Amino acid sequence: MRLSLDEVRHVARLGRLAMTDQQCEAMRDQLDSILAHFEALQELDTDDVEPTSHSLDMANVYRDDEPAPSFDRDRILANAPKRDDECFRVPLIMEED
Amino acid sequence: MALEAIIGLEVHAQLLTRSKMFCRCSTDPSAGPNTVVCPICTAMPGVLPVINRRAVELVVRTGLALNCSIASHSIFARKNYWYPDLPKNYQISQYELPLCRDGYLDIDVNGQKRRIRIRRVHLEEDTGKLYHTAGNESRIDFNRCGVPLMEIVSEPDMRSADEAREYLVALRQVLRYIGVCTGNMEEGSFRCEPNVNVRDTESGAKTGISELKNLNSFRAVHQSVDFEIARHTRLLQRGETVPRQTRRWHPSDESRGGYTDVMRSKEEAHDYRYFPEPDLVPMRIGDDWLSEIRAGMPELPQQKRERFVSQYALTPYDAGVLTQSLEFAQYFEAAVAACRAGQVAEAAKRVSKWLQGEMSRLLNETGQDIADVPARPEHVAELLELVEEGKLTGTIAKEVFEEMFRTGKPAPQIVSERGIEVVGDASELERIVDQVLADHAEVVAKVKSGKTQSKGFLVGQVMKATRGQAVPQIVNDIIDRRLGV
Repeated sequence: MRLSLDEVRHVARLGRLAMTDQQCEAMRDQLDSILAHFEALQELDTDDVEPTSHSLDMANVYRDDEPAPSFDRDRILANAPKRDDECFRVPLIMEED
Repeated sequence: MALEAIIGLEVHAQLLTRSKMFCRCSTDPSAGPNTVVCPICTAMPGVLPVINRRAVELVVRTGLALNCSIASHSIFARKNYWYPDLPKNYQISQYELPLCRDGYLDIDVNGQKRRIRIRRVHLEEDTGKLYHTAGNESRIDFNRCGVPLMEIVSEPDMRSADEAREYLVALRQVLRYIGVCTGNMEEGSFRCEPNVNVRDTESGAKTGISELKNLNSFRAVHQSVDFEIARHTRLLQRGETVPRQTRRWHPSDESRGGYTDVMRSKEEAHDYRYFPEPDLVPMRIGDDWLSEIRAGMPELPQQKRERFVSQYALTPYDAGVLTQSLEFAQYFEAAVAACRAGQVAEAAKRVSKWLQGEMSRLLNETGQDIADVPARPEHVAELLELVEEGKLTGTIAKEVFEEMFRTGKPAPQIVSERGIEVVGDASELERIVDQVLADHAEVVAKVKSGKTQSKGFLVGQVMKATRGQAVPQIVNDIIDRRLGV
């Protein structure tokens, strides 16, 4: 196994996912096979290959600093699970520790 | 134990662009909640960011001002964390290959020059604002979400709270001079997070770094750094371990002095899983673009200080005060240029004295910026020339200036509206006063013995001798000076 159950739980926690032990085990197996797949790439010799950060061979795609009208507030708030006239509403965030 | 403090500063500065970093929403800070938001800055499904060219230029400009090397090849990265003010669940930031790195800023601390190295300057986006309500909910305003934000990270080169404050003051001055940030700490357009720990230079033992938050003034930065240095020192001397932590500053109130407490332990918080941003292609800063940005660079504070010393023969201290803000320096130069005759150095000295005296006093009293003062530099030059020519005394000039400061009227207009007419020059008036004092020795003796009400008689005599043409206040001043009362 390339991944421990604790690592899976840690990743789940970072993503704020509540997972049962059973789900963690299933996820470990799936992630493990993905990692195994990527290991195949390690066998290639890439010493002479320049690292890239993007699949497109492009650079410098910009826009000018010109503001444009924004969206109507009601449309932006339309799909919010909870809202008031002006803002999104979310449960109060408590610092863990 | 020989202990020394190790302080590095992380600064976040909102860039002065008109539109956001990756969408065209306005950056207007006065807009109502959630009125400058769109699907991109609220992370609706299927949207794509596009880089604001101006924001890149402002960061490069900052890098040049801070003596950094500018990356010819730079990329954005995703910083993953989960918090409601960040709708994508990641912030587009830079990790590897930031736009600028390895620079420095020279500062002056109590007369000593110190060089603070800059580790990196990178570009990212700001988050939304959370407002806590009375109940167990928070409200979110995404107006600020996606506003271009620049992070400037120093090396841990500072050794005291004084140095940390001076670095921050000098850095803000540079950012304002080059027009990249308003530098307003109270409004949060310029934010500072110091990293503080203490080292025993003999044993090499170190405390864990405290990252300080909730600092919205220079004073808070200074006090919190001092507090942390004392806390770390105490614990290290007792042999206790000090863990790495993020701590929140609480300013002093009636019940207790300012202090820090733990927000979170650091190991857990920093797991951001950075990776190159797949939605954005790399940035390449070629020589042409770089020279274009370089050509648009204004004079920096240090250059201006040095020029003021050589061009206007000012002391380094005066040059420092006059160049504190770009607007103040510009005002000074315009006023000197508007002075007609005489040596530049003399005019500069007069203007410098006036701006540091009367102007600064009124600016402090009214809380105004010099750029908004109705009295223009040429008006100040004109006023000072009237004084120089002996047509106004210093006292009257101050009164005239107060009105000028408020209304922007030129000095001659204020003088004629108030009916201030000065007989001859100041020395002529002084001669008349001396004559009156000599003629009324017994009254002079009374005044000197404390009967100050008798002074009115002397003033009256002078007014009579000048047929009412003198300004009573000026006469009064001269008499006071002569009698030493």
